[in-house]
Amino acid sequence: MNAIDAAFQRLREEGRTALIPFVTIGDPDLDTSVDIIRTLEEAGADMIELGVPYSDPLADGPVIQRASERALSNGRVTLGDVVHVAEKARQAGVKLPFILFTYFNPVLQYGLDRFFELVTAKGISGLIIPDLPLEEDAELRAMAEAVDIHLIPLVAPTSNDRVARIAAKARGFVYCVSSLGVTGVRADFHAGIDEFLATVRGATSTPIAVGFGISNREQVERFGKQADGVIVGSAIVRKIEETVPLLQAAETKQQGLGQIRAFVSELSGRTS
Amino acid sequence: MNQVPDMNGRFGKFGGRYVPETLMNALLELEEAYQHYSKDPDFIAEVRYLLNKYSGRPTSLYHAQRLSEHLGGAQIYLKREDLNHTGAHKINNTIGQGVLAKRMGKTKIIAETGAGQHGVASATVAALLGMECKVFMGEEDTKRQELNVFRMQLLGAEVVPVTSGTRTLKDACNETLRYWVSHVDDTYYILGSVTGPHPYPMMVRDFQRIIGDEAREQILKDAGRLPDYVVAAVGGGSNAIGIFYPFIGDDGVKLLGVEAAGRGVDTEEHAATMTKGRHGVFQGSLSYVLQDEHGQVQPAHSISAGLDYPGIGPEHSYLKDTGRADYVPITDAEALEGLQLLSRTEGIIPALESAHAIAQVMKLAPTLSRDQIILVSLSGRGDKDVQAIMGYLGGEGNHGH
Repeated sequence: MNAIDAAFQRLREEGRTALIPFVTIGDPDLDTSVDIIRTLEEAGADMIELGVPYSDPLADGPVIQRASERALSNGRVTLGDVVHVAEKARQAGVKLPFILFTYFNPVLQYGLDRFFELVTAKGISGLIIPDLPLEEDAELRAMAEAVDIHLIPLVAPTSNDRVARIAAKARGFVYCVSSLGVTGVRADFHAGIDEFLATVRGATSTPIAVGFGISNREQVERFGKQADGVIVGSAIVRKIEETVPLLQAAETKQQGLGQIRAFVSELSGRTS
Repeated sequence: MNQVPDMNGRFGKFGGRYVPETLMNALLELEEAYQHYSKDPDFIAEVRYLLNKYSGRPTSLYHAQRLSEHLGGAQIYLKREDLNHTGAHKINNTIGQGVLAKRMGKTKIIAETGAGQHGVASATVAALLGMECKVFMGEEDTKRQELNVFRMQLLGAEVVPVTSGTRTLKDACNETLRYWVSHVDDTYYILGSVTGPHPYPMMVRDFQRIIGDEAREQILKDAGRLPDYVVAAVGGGSNAIGIFYPFIGDDGVKLLGVEAAGRGVDTEEHAATMTKGRHGVFQGSLSYVLQDEHGQVQPAHSISAGLDYPGIGPEHSYLKDTGRADYVPITDAEALEGLQLLSRTEGIIPALESAHAIAQVMKLAPTLSRDQIILVSLSGRGDKDVQAIMGYLGGEGNHGH
């Protein structure tokens, strides 16, 4: 059974909502990414999106864009590096499901066959490719299904009658974009958000998760009532950005990780 | 050749719609509106009226006799897109899309610009149609093209400097798409070239094909026959596809795209997408892209801010791979020679983009006979570049040549 499905099944039994953080791998460096992944698990994350740094992140706002720039300028982090970080995190004892978040071009340049060889049996359970809409994803979707890796689709408040078609093909969960625009922390969500989430909920029995702009415990709880999962990206990436100076020095690294742990614990409601 | 693109916006394997789901509805809406209005006689008449009475079409086809004599080979004809209102072919497309935006009930226009020509054309059309306009421009380009920034502001547009990434056209495009995602309700994105997701490459081509339609008719009338070569500069490729398109079915006419080789295709500093790029997905479509082995898009360089782009329109990629068109690189230095030669032989100062096409003609014309014909798209005038050219040439203009 795919680890994402298993996680949602367990969460459902426990009556909990999944907290799904996103981090850009290689920000500030690959080894620290392994530490950050462990920290997120300890702080109550249920799955993690591992972001592949990209030069032209169309769906992302300035915070994640800056993280990509840091990762690319620090070490020209590649798709292969990100998968290697996932392997190392597994070796370090991390159990939660990994979802690879990447734009399509790095996958295309790797070659689809080689890409699936790369990710299969490396602990990657899902894929999110934000610039690969339904109309373009047939080949990759079929290859993903063949190796039981879930291609997780996005739906937006503007998807209208596309919601049903997208949801019908969804595996793992349906990623519901909470607001128009790019990723980034925001106070206001799309005006029709509740109706939109109800529409997606009604269109599928696959779990649904909400993301884009969610940054605090209050919002996690608000959307936790309507969805099976909540995705937090920019707020965590910004927290990492703030702690980069601490993370980069050996003597202050634990302090930096402690700040990330505290923030994510608050989001997950597992304040210890 | 089959009609391209197909229903999915594919030119062979190229094109498509590789965009975030948040944009899909806007693109489908745009495609539907375009399909509808492009067949609507009122819409066609309004666009035609503005092209004729406002922009000054048809632009002339000029037999450059002194240039032809100087090069001592083929007869060179210039399609004078530089004579358009605002100084370049860009206005053909912005008039078309501006009128479409208005018909779709949008009140605001956004656009990206590199050299500023598309930005000026968009700001112009926005002023003409009474719409608000925001133009995204790489911070680097706002410095290189100060005068055009001021022009856009005079026309009432807001120029937004883009500070992400390479701070040039590529990042201005990303930023415009990002802004559009958040404001799709009332905002229309006038994309400036035959790039981006479907339906833009098709739609912009359709608005630009007037260059080739006119030129084909004019050359038949003036020279009594079709040209042997059609030559045009390509960045994104809108002027080139505009002049190529009506000649695609004419097998005897060779189509030659000229891309920017910057400091040379053997250096890291060029914008020679066809010569050095590989198939990839960039800014919404599958095409040739300048990228590293991991799929990271590489910065481009050209003396011309308008050619300084790591991608190219998908239809050009299709024409290259099917062998219908050829693409060759021209360096910054060669382009400057082309610019000076045209200025001195014909009294026409071309835009730096068009200077690349002229530089290719300098190589090509002497290899042909006097009864052969080269048709060149002179896509824009050099006024916008004069300051930059002065910086490159310094006082050199007083010596030699």
